[in-house]
Amino acid sequence: MSKPQNAPGDVRSKGLVDYLNDENVRAVLYQIIAIGLIVLAGWYLVSNTLYNLEQQNISTGYGFLDLEASFEISETMIDYSAQSSYATALMVGLLNTVKVSLLGIILCTIIGTIFGIARLSSNWIVRKLATVYVETFRNIPVLLQLFFWYALIPGAFPHPRDALEPIPGVLLTSRGMYMPVPEPDAAYTLMAIAAVIACAVIYFVKKWAKKRQDATGQPFPMFLAGLGIFVGFVLLAYLVGGAPTELSMPALKGFNIRGGYNISPEFMAVLIGLTVYTSTYVAEVVRSGIQAVPNGQWEAADSLGIRRSVALRKVILPQSMRVAIPPLTNQYLNLTKNSSLAVAVGYPDLVSVSNTTMNQTGQAIEAISIFMSIYLGLSLLTSLFMNWFNKKMALVER
Amino acid sequence: MTTPETSSVTHPALISVEHLSKRFGSKLALDDVSLSLPKGETLAIIGPSAAGKSVLMKCLVGIYGADAGKIILDGDDVSQTNAPKRAAWAERIGMLFQQNALFDSLKVWENICFRQIELGTLSRKDAKEHAVHLLGLVGLAAESADLTPGDLSGGMQKRVGVARAISTDPAILLLDNPTAGLDPVLSNHIELMIGKIAEQRGTTVISITNDMQIARTRYQNLMMMHDGKVYWSGKTHDIDDAHNEHLTQMLNGSSQGPITMRTGKREDHVFS
Repeated sequence: MSKPQNAPGDVRSKGLVDYLNDENVRAVLYQIIAIGLIVLAGWYLVSNTLYNLEQQNISTGYGFLDLEASFEISETMIDYSAQSSYATALMVGLLNTVKVSLLGIILCTIIGTIFGIARLSSNWIVRKLATVYVETFRNIPVLLQLFFWYALIPGAFPHPRDALEPIPGVLLTSRGMYMPVPEPDAAYTLMAIAAVIACAVIYFVKKWAKKRQDATGQPFPMFLAGLGIFVGFVLLAYLVGGAPTELSMPALKGFNIRGGYNISPEFMAVLIGLTVYTSTYVAEVVRSGIQAVPNGQWEAADSLGIRRSVALRKVILPQSMRVAIPPLTNQYLNLTKNSSLAVAVGYPDLVSVSNTTMNQTGQAIEAISIFMSIYLGLSLLTSLFMNWFNKKMALVER
Repeated sequence: MTTPETSSVTHPALISVEHLSKRFGSKLALDDVSLSLPKGETLAIIGPSAAGKSVLMKCLVGIYGADAGKIILDGDDVSQTNAPKRAAWAERIGMLFQQNALFDSLKVWENICFRQIELGTLSRKDAKEHAVHLLGLVGLAAESADLTPGDLSGGMQKRVGVARAISTDPAILLLDNPTAGLDPVLSNHIELMIGKIAEQRGTTVISITNDMQIARTRYQNLMMMHDGKVYWSGKTHDIDDAHNEHLTQMLNGSSQGPITMRTGKREDHVFS
């Protein structure tokens, strides 16, 4: 009774209001409330969906993946037929998405870099042409560009009967491009293994060369040596494998062309469309990266009598990269995600196969959840790789 | 008013410039500039901004090719050199840039010995040793060798810039406003340090400065530029009070007057 109020150390003297005014308590409280609301909303949506599906007699779950897909896919990189499972069909779609995205990323980087540098050229025509390219293809929606290429390719080339043959063995038709490929042979597997071994050898030679240059200052012709090692190993494997020379040549049989390797108009349209569109953004990223490096850096290297190519490699590019890699990552992610537009021109990518699966099984939520998680996974992988690359190229600061 | 500087020179000049001209677009940045400097002497170039001081210096070090005229280094005409000869020429001239222009992506010691590392004349181990020795000369601790330029203060960056400029023990040291942006005490330190190093090594120094007092007390020769032309040049001890007042007025009057901007386009095109 005679206890003084607000005595130090007395817990009871701190009322509820005091607690709510404590910043630390508040911070925790807000987080609890926020998480609670999210869980509540999620629970509401899930339970509602489950109830509705039950009403419509649709069973949930991923069991359908083992069922027979019973639809054909026009281009596959793995063995697939209508008797294969839905899981295999989705795998085919995923591989097609990865194929077009990976090729697109590589091509848009090369083309974008060329146009980015061309925009800084001192040659008026080169500079203006690069500007026109970038400004044109950057400002047209990518979906329209896919339609454009898909309309152009079958329209611009003749029926398989009158196929164009610009290089012997390579046929251009309204059904795409055909080219000769070697018949399957054990020697090619051997060559692939040799290539991997060559890369490992090159890695160690490079390490040794760097060590030697650190110690003696002597530079080592790494590019030529690496090329020699690689070509030598692969050639050796080819000869050991019996040097097969048989080719599968494309030729007209009936109304269509058989044999060889076919690049479909759908694939070409998607690849060209995505590459051209994204390369314009890459060009701008490259240009801004180079321009972000002050002119004084070139001049300082010049004053030391260092060649421009060495200055570009050792001084300018490391600094440009620092600026360019994060936006470049964005463009790679955009390209991968934009590849889902392939469904519009009938290229059997992941979304296209998933759509068919959805229509046949009615498992919309499951199919969408699969392709959404796959895109998320692909994007996160790309980000991880680019973050690693960025760390490697960025300044070692502090 | 103009005294021909060549008249007083009896021994052969280490570096001489004859009727040098350089144009950027429609603007004549250097207009018939001539100078001559014997080995071991010092020259201050003074003048208002946009007078062509930095352009002259960049021509001397070979960053800009001149449109007309000659640069003669130790008897060789280097104004028309090709790339392989440029590399040898660069060894004999060191330059400290106004903004230091250190390579941000490289460590301090790699900055100082960039040339030796890239040309393979020193192993990385020897290059680092050499860099640490030079760091000592410019008053920096050996530990700073492993930092990057971004870690350094303005004064330290300036010292590293000096170390890089003298790393090949050049016969000529070019300084573009060596004390720009530093406080007076630090400016004084840097000026004294450079003077000491140059004297010990017998280096010929050409320096751009905006301070008439420093130019008169620390340098043997003075050249005043205005609008791309040599306005006055001669020995600093020849400058009497009347001269001094006139030159100072010229320097201050012009710098307070309307700023003359260089009209030539910035060279944005790094690839040809």
